[in-house]
Amino acid sequence: MDNPLVTPDLGLIVWTTLVFCILFFLLAKFAWKPILNAVNEREKSIEEALNKAEEAKIQMAELVSANEDLLKQARIERDEMLKEARVMKDKLISEAKNKANEDADRIIASARESIHHEKMAAVTELKNQVAILSVEIAEKILKEELSSTSKQEALINSVVDDIHLN
Amino acid sequence: MVYKSVLLATLTLFSVSNFFAGNSHASEESEKFNPVPVIMHHISDAHEWHLFGEVTVPLPIILWTDNGLVTFMSSEFHHNDDGSHVVERNNLKFIKNHEKIYQLNEGESAAIFDEAHHVTNATKPIDISITKNVFALLFSVLIILLVFFKVASFYKKNPNKAPKGIASFMEPLIIFVRDEIALINIGEKKHRKFVPYLLTAFFFIWFNNLLGLIPWIPGGANVTGNIAVTLVLAFFTLIITNINGNKAYWGHIFWMPGAPWPVKLLLAPIELVGVLTKPFALMIRLFANITAGHIVILSLLSLIFIFKNIGMSAVSVPFALFISVLELLVAFLQAYVFTMLSALFIGTAVAEHEHH
Repeated sequence: MDNPLVTPDLGLIVWTTLVFCILFFLLAKFAWKPILNAVNEREKSIEEALNKAEEAKIQMAELVSANEDLLKQARIERDEMLKEARVMKDKLISEAKNKANEDADRIIASARESIHHEKMAAVTELKNQVAILSVEIAEKILKEELSSTSKQEALINSVVDDIHLN
Repeated sequence: MVYKSVLLATLTLFSVSNFFAGNSHASEESEKFNPVPVIMHHISDAHEWHLFGEVTVPLPIILWTDNGLVTFMSSEFHHNDDGSHVVERNNLKFIKNHEKIYQLNEGESAAIFDEAHHVTNATKPIDISITKNVFALLFSVLIILLVFFKVASFYKKNPNKAPKGIASFMEPLIIFVRDEIALINIGEKKHRKFVPYLLTAFFFIWFNNLLGLIPWIPGGANVTGNIAVTLVLAFFTLIITNINGNKAYWGHIFWMPGAPWPVKLLLAPIELVGVLTKPFALMIRLFANITAGHIVILSLLSLIFIFKNIGMSAVSVPFALFISVLELLVAFLQAYVFTMLSALFIGTAVAEHEHH
C-alpha cells in the first residue's frame, strides 16, 4: 500500500466531496432544472403541435368528406328536382294536350252540330223551295192541263176509268 | 480537431521536454534516463504546480495540526521534496517528503530517514491543502458552472426555441444522458429523480478527463486518474444506490428468491460483497483508464530521452498524437461508462420485480 497511486489522499477526498456536492447542488438548481424543464416543455409543445396538426388533418378530412356528402346530396337533390320538373313538364304538356284535344273535340263537335244545323236548315229551306217550286209547277201544269175542255174531259174520263177499275 | 490535437501534442512535448530538461541536472551522473519517477511525478498529486525547469506555481498548504490550523504557501519549501528543508509555523516544524507533509516530533530539528527513505521522527498532520489536483478540480468546476449556467440562461431567455450556440452543443449530450443512460437503465417511472446526479457525474468526469489532456496549467492535472477522486465518485453512486434500494433489491441480497435455503445462505455474503465490488469496480476503472492514458503518452515522449536522440521524436510524437486523439475518445467513453453503470446499479436497486 505504499504506492502513492493507489493510496487515496484524505485531503483530496475531502475537497472532492465538498466540491462535487457544491457542483451538484448548483447545477441541479441553476442548470439541470431550468434546462430539463425547458427541454421537456419544448418536447411537450412539439408533441402538442404534432397532435394538433394530426387533429387538423383529421378535421380537414372530415370537412372534405362532409363537403363531399353535401355535394352528393345537393347533386341528388338537383337530380330529383330535375326529375320532378321533367315529370311536371310532361304532366303539364300532357294536360295541355288533353285540354287542347278536348277543346278541339268540343269545337269540332259544336262545329259539326252547327254544320248539321245549317245543313238541316238548308235542307228544310230546299225542301220548302222544292215544295213551292213543285206547287208552282203543278199549278202551271194544272193550268196547262185544264186549259181546254177536251183535256178536262179526258181527265175526267181517266179518273172515271180508274174508279171503274175499283 | 486534428489541428487541435497537433497543437496539443506539440505543447505536451514542449512542456514535458522542459520538465525533463529541468530534472536532468539531478540525474546527470546516471547513464540511463529513468522515466518512472518523471511519469509518477506527472500523474500524482503535488503541493506545487510545476511549469518548467525551476518555475512552479506555489499553492496554499492547509494543515490541521495539534496547534490548530496552519497555512502557508508551498513556495516556503523552495521546491524541496526530500524532507531536508524545514519550515517552521506555529512553533511546529514541517518537512515535505515525496509530496507528503510531515510534522517533526517535538525537539527534533531535522528529519531522520530509514533505509527506505521513510521519515521516522515525524507524524503526518491532516493535510487539506489546495494541491495541484484540488486546484484543477476547482478550475474544472468553475468551467462546468460557467458552461452550464450559460446554457441554462439560453433556455430562460428563449423558451420553446431551438437551441443555439453552446446550448445546441450541450443539449444532445444532456438528452443523451437523460434518455440513453437514465431512462433506459432506471425506467420511465423513477429515472427523473436521478438525472441531475447522472448529469453532474457525466459532465464532471468528462470535463476533468478533457482538462487532464491539456498539457499545461490549469489542465494537465490527473484529477479523474486520481484514486481519491474516483473513490468519492464511486462512493456517491454507492450511497445513492443503497439509499434508494427497495425491498426487492435487499431481498435479492440477503435472501435470494427462488433458490433453495442453503444456496440462499451461501449467496447472502456474496451478494453483500457485490454491493461494494460494483462501485469499487467503478472507482478502479475510471482511475486505471485515465492514469493509463497519461502514462502511455508520457512513456512515448520519454522514448526521446531514453534514446537521447531528437530523431526519436519522429516516432514518439505521431504515436503520442495518436494516443492523445484516442484519449479524447476515452475521455468521453469513460464518462459514459461510469454514468451508465451508475444508472444500471441504481436501476437494479429501484426496479420493480413483477416477474418473480
